[in-house]
Amino acid sequence: MRDTLIGLVVVIIAVSLAFVASDYRLFQLTTVAIYAIAILGLALVTGYNGQISLGHGAFYAVGAYVTAILTSMYDVPYWATLPVSAVVCAAIGFLVGLPALRLGGLYLALTTFALAVATPQLLKHKALEHWTGGVQGIVVDKPDAPFGLPINADQWVYLFSIAVAAVLFALAGNLVRGRIGRAMRAVRDNALAAEATGIDVALFKTRTFAVSALVTGIAGSLSAIVVGFVSPDSFTVFLSITLFTGLVVGGAATIAGPIFGAMFITFLPNLAEQVSKAAPGVIYGVLLIAFMFLLPAGVAGGLNRLHRRRPAPQP
Amino acid sequence: MDGFLHQLLAGIASGGIYASVALALVMIFQATHHVNFAQGEMAMFSTYIALVLIQAGVPYWVAFAITVAVSFVMGAVIQRVLLTPLAGSPVLASVGVFIGLLLIFNSAAGWLFGYTLKQFPTPFDGPPVMGGFVTPHDLGAFVVTLVVLTAVWAFFRFTTLGLAMRAAAYNPSSSRLMGIRVGAMLALGWGLAASIGAIAGMMVAPVVFLDPNMMSGVLLYAFAGALLGGIANPLGAVVGGFAIGIIENLAGAYLVGNELKLTLALVIIVAVLMVKPAGIFGRTIVSRV
Repeated sequence: MRDTLIGLVVVIIAVSLAFVASDYRLFQLTTVAIYAIAILGLALVTGYNGQISLGHGAFYAVGAYVTAILTSMYDVPYWATLPVSAVVCAAIGFLVGLPALRLGGLYLALTTFALAVATPQLLKHKALEHWTGGVQGIVVDKPDAPFGLPINADQWVYLFSIAVAAVLFALAGNLVRGRIGRAMRAVRDNALAAEATGIDVALFKTRTFAVSALVTGIAGSLSAIVVGFVSPDSFTVFLSITLFTGLVVGGAATIAGPIFGAMFITFLPNLAEQVSKAAPGVIYGVLLIAFMFLLPAGVAGGLNRLHRRRPAPQP
Repeated sequence: MDGFLHQLLAGIASGGIYASVALALVMIFQATHHVNFAQGEMAMFSTYIALVLIQAGVPYWVAFAITVAVSFVMGAVIQRVLLTPLAGSPVLASVGVFIGLLLIFNSAAGWLFGYTLKQFPTPFDGPPVMGGFVTPHDLGAFVVTLVVLTAVWAFFRFTTLGLAMRAAAYNPSSSRLMGIRVGAMLALGWGLAASIGAIAGMMVAPVVFLDPNMMSGVLLYAFAGALLGGIANPLGAVVGGFAIGIIENLAGAYLVGNELKLTLALVIIVAVLMVKPAGIFGRTIVSRV
């Protein structure tokens, strides 16, 4: 009940911001919403299920390209591309997770890291150039507000992203509170005991990974709509690492954590780049290590602990 | 045929680099069950140190030795300061630290030394050797790699310290009871791994040019090599590294082209995990529950 209320308040504040923030701020807030969805996907698999993915940027890229290709080549309306991205990303997530997840935790980290490093190269490859546009990328038209609503395109994509985020956060919250969420955490905390109580560990890991890829893929789709452009070099391994950093800073095994993490990775680079082009990387790195030592449950976990005065769940 | 031979020899040369980095990864994995995602960036950073020294007028081999020593200290310090306190924490904690280190080294290198490609000197100059198939640098790098690998093998096989390190990796608690300082052994292992990585970095830099992202591809091939040979087996990692070098060059020339070389590493990793996750030389680990 408390969580639902907090969620409602957050949504109301977010919606009202659409009418007061400047266009630039609105773009940043839209980015926060999108990153929050992407990190939510990562939180499901890494935070709740304990499977470390260093390659979620790849699913983000697939989502973005699915939307870009469908809207630019097949004239599919932008909102209708989201379910397609979801299905495609879930399928790819299932296939990638299948071999790696049968084995111990580090193998998935290794495989997904390799996937993230290889992604730009795959997107540039000439066999796919007809669809992906190769190095050039694809331009995506920014949608106008429907039904003659008296708002501009930026406000509309912001509200649209907020709506998608609200739905996905509500669904994810339900998922982790229920039977499936308990099973996910059981697999993370003690796979052997989970297996003994009748949970099919391998199947659960693979399905969680697929769901997580689905959520992050939808974020990628939204990013293509908002940025209006996709190109291979926007999806390097550093995108995956940035999402991972956001997850750790926000709080891995929490539903609110991804929102804090998304704010962090959206606003920090702006501030830090005034110092140097390399500064965001150094600060990310230092903070990642600092959080591992001082606040392993992230900002959300720390707030939770302050609130409840009891140990927060460990990632 | 000449082209094939050329690719094969080039493959063996780059395979030596991958074998060294794979060995560094496996050494750390054996001792701590961590995969050091920052191994490549540490090597890249060491290579920049060497370049700064050489540009300051230090002779190549002196700079080489200083770099190896500095890297050793760097690796050992990282282990003591950052990883010892996290022993027994969840995997996420160590992966977080490694990714943090990767970011710090990568960005710091860009910050301190710039993002432009830099030429790195080689001590092996001259006309192509062996019937014109091999550049002197490739041959020299291969010899250096072999010397390093043999030295590491001999160190672990014939010295008391090497034996103590193996013991500490194999069974930490019994080793501690035998009077081996397990923490010091781990730091030593990290230092050695960082030194091996630094040598690999200095050997690969003249070929691919030096920039902050120089090692990301090499690290990926080293991962593939380590998995192919068996991530818990040093000899396997070396053989796997050489195999990956040869596969990469031959496949790059005849099968997939240069644009998909990194994807090839991904495919090999996935294939090994699907077919034989323990690797060619690895034993399947059976644990009692």
